[in-house]
Amino acid sequence: MQEKVLEAINISKSFHDPITIKVLKDINFSLNPGEFASIIGKSGCGKSTLLYILSTMDTDYEGDLLISGINMKNKKEGELALVRNQKIGFVFQFHYLLNEFSVLKNVMLPGLKLNKYSEKEVENRAYEKLKILDIQNEALKKPNQLSGGQKQRVAIARALINDPLIIMGDEPTGNLDKKNSDIVFDIFKELAEVYNQTLLIVTHDNEFASKTHRIIEMEDGKIIKH
Amino acid sequence: MKLKLLSRVSFSLLMARWKQTLVAAVGVTFSITMFIALLSFMSGLNDLLDGLIVNRTPHVRLYNEIQASKIQPIQLAKKYANSYNFINSVKPKNEKIEIYNSAAILKELKNDSRVLGFAPKITTQVFFNVGTIDLTGVINGIDPIEENRLFMFKEYVTTGNFMDLKNTPNSIILGKGAAEKILANIGDVIQVTTSKGEKMQMKVVGYFQSGIQEVDKVQSYASIATTQKLLGVPNNYITDIQVKLKDILLAPSLAREFSALYDLDAVDIQTANSQFETGSSVRTIISYAVGITLLIVAGFGIYNILNMMIYEKMDSIAILKATGFSGNDVNQIFITIALSIGIFGGILGLVFGAGLSYVIDNVPFNTPALPTIKTFPINYNPKFYFIGAVFSIVTTYFAGYFPSRKASKIDPVLIIRGK
Repeated sequence: MQEKVLEAINISKSFHDPITIKVLKDINFSLNPGEFASIIGKSGCGKSTLLYILSTMDTDYEGDLLISGINMKNKKEGELALVRNQKIGFVFQFHYLLNEFSVLKNVMLPGLKLNKYSEKEVENRAYEKLKILDIQNEALKKPNQLSGGQKQRVAIARALINDPLIIMGDEPTGNLDKKNSDIVFDIFKELAEVYNQTLLIVTHDNEFASKTHRIIEMEDGKIIKH
Repeated sequence: MKLKLLSRVSFSLLMARWKQTLVAAVGVTFSITMFIALLSFMSGLNDLLDGLIVNRTPHVRLYNEIQASKIQPIQLAKKYANSYNFINSVKPKNEKIEIYNSAAILKELKNDSRVLGFAPKITTQVFFNVGTIDLTGVINGIDPIEENRLFMFKEYVTTGNFMDLKNTPNSIILGKGAAEKILANIGDVIQVTTSKGEKMQMKVVGYFQSGIQEVDKVQSYASIATTQKLLGVPNNYITDIQVKLKDILLAPSLAREFSALYDLDAVDIQTANSQFETGSSVRTIISYAVGITLLIVAGFGIYNILNMMIYEKMDSIAILKATGFSGNDVNQIFITIALSIGIFGGILGLVFGAGLSYVIDNVPFNTPALPTIKTFPINYNPKFYFIGAVFSIVTTYFAGYFPSRKASKIDPVLIIRGK
């Protein structure tokens, strides 16, 4: 049997301020390697909340989260940081690039943090990733000199630098126009089909979702279809 | 590798706000500079003022005080041993102020390993006869060589050569104030009368100036032999033994020991000059307090700037955490920023502090009271530089500690969802 990349077992979450509201109710699902999945649902249905739990950044939940078979519950903050560094790549709605560093350095940062390869190798790998995304020519510019679409591509390159188990996206095309959205989608598709990359993308764009391999639909904190 | 990465991130954040960073560093530099200059100057001044007294005062002075006998004859009578004896109108006995058996005492002091050196002295009251009037004064008979070696006599002889006391017979060095009063110039011969009526002609070979005017008005110096001749006493007659010790802190206990051993009165420098010690320590405390206050204020500056930086860089911190930097790493990044401000500002502060001390050291400072001082005194003690360096690092560390902890606790989810 193939090992699952990600498995959510009975995950629930409540917000307690100002009153207790259960935003996630007994979420169960799993992702296999190479799957290109999207989570859709109306605004406020808890899809982003779920993504942040799955990404290990939010640790305040009930139930169990398994990433490549390892339970993330009761891990220390430093250990979770390492998991995020090694196994998860992020793409957010906003690019979150550091303006103090060049594009290349931005992509390299998580790689340097992982400290698996020498700096020279990390740099080569960063160039490769930028090449996949076709922005290697902008490598030495500062992020604030790039267009919105280019920035988002740099952010994807940054997510790829450590060859993560899974790439998670929180509305990665939310801030982009149609043309750039298509470019980003094509990149995701290419990553999934050519590089066999597992992807889990939260979106409210049904058109985007319909083109992915698997759609997980949420409503009122529950998965209604997957 | 990890350290290198974190310091690189710190450096970039630092450079992104280099103006504020510079202001913070300048704050540290300024406070360290003032700290060093203030302490060096204050300590130099303390040394100078202490030197005025300490250099010239024997650590232990042995002498015979004119006083009433502590034991009256009736107390020795066995018959009245158990009675209360009331004696009225006790007077000092007619005791000579000469130190008995001085040669033996001097010999023993010479062999005492705790003693750095000693100078015998004769103190006598005289009258300087000027025309028809007589002015009172004191002649100190000294051994010029020993007096200079132990008490820096030379420093206070502002005109003339102190060695002339030894080389010129019947010579005298007058206090500057006394010389002005009796209108005596160098080379003049003045007439001196002792309290017993002996007269002697003495040649003025120099002036001395101690910095304490009252002293300069009455004191004068002659050699021991000259003074003995003036008084008509044999050459083993001395009235004081001034002892300088290797360790000044032993003075009180040695004074008691010598007093008991030689049956003399003995006074130690700490007892004789207690007010100077108090003054010095209070001045030192004040200058440390001011210096440390300056540093703490600089620390608040760093604290502010880091806090601002953390608010500005919220996003960056969130993304660093999202991509695998732990809270600890973020903490280290901001501590590194704070410490580099502290170290950079501190080193500059030490350099400028030394520079400012040097400038103060060269500012002319002429006062008639202190003839040997030409510029402001500075003490270049490495201790101040060490304290300044340690303090700059400690205060910046604490200034960085709280903002860094805050940064490390930032929840990336809150920041990222907030957009």
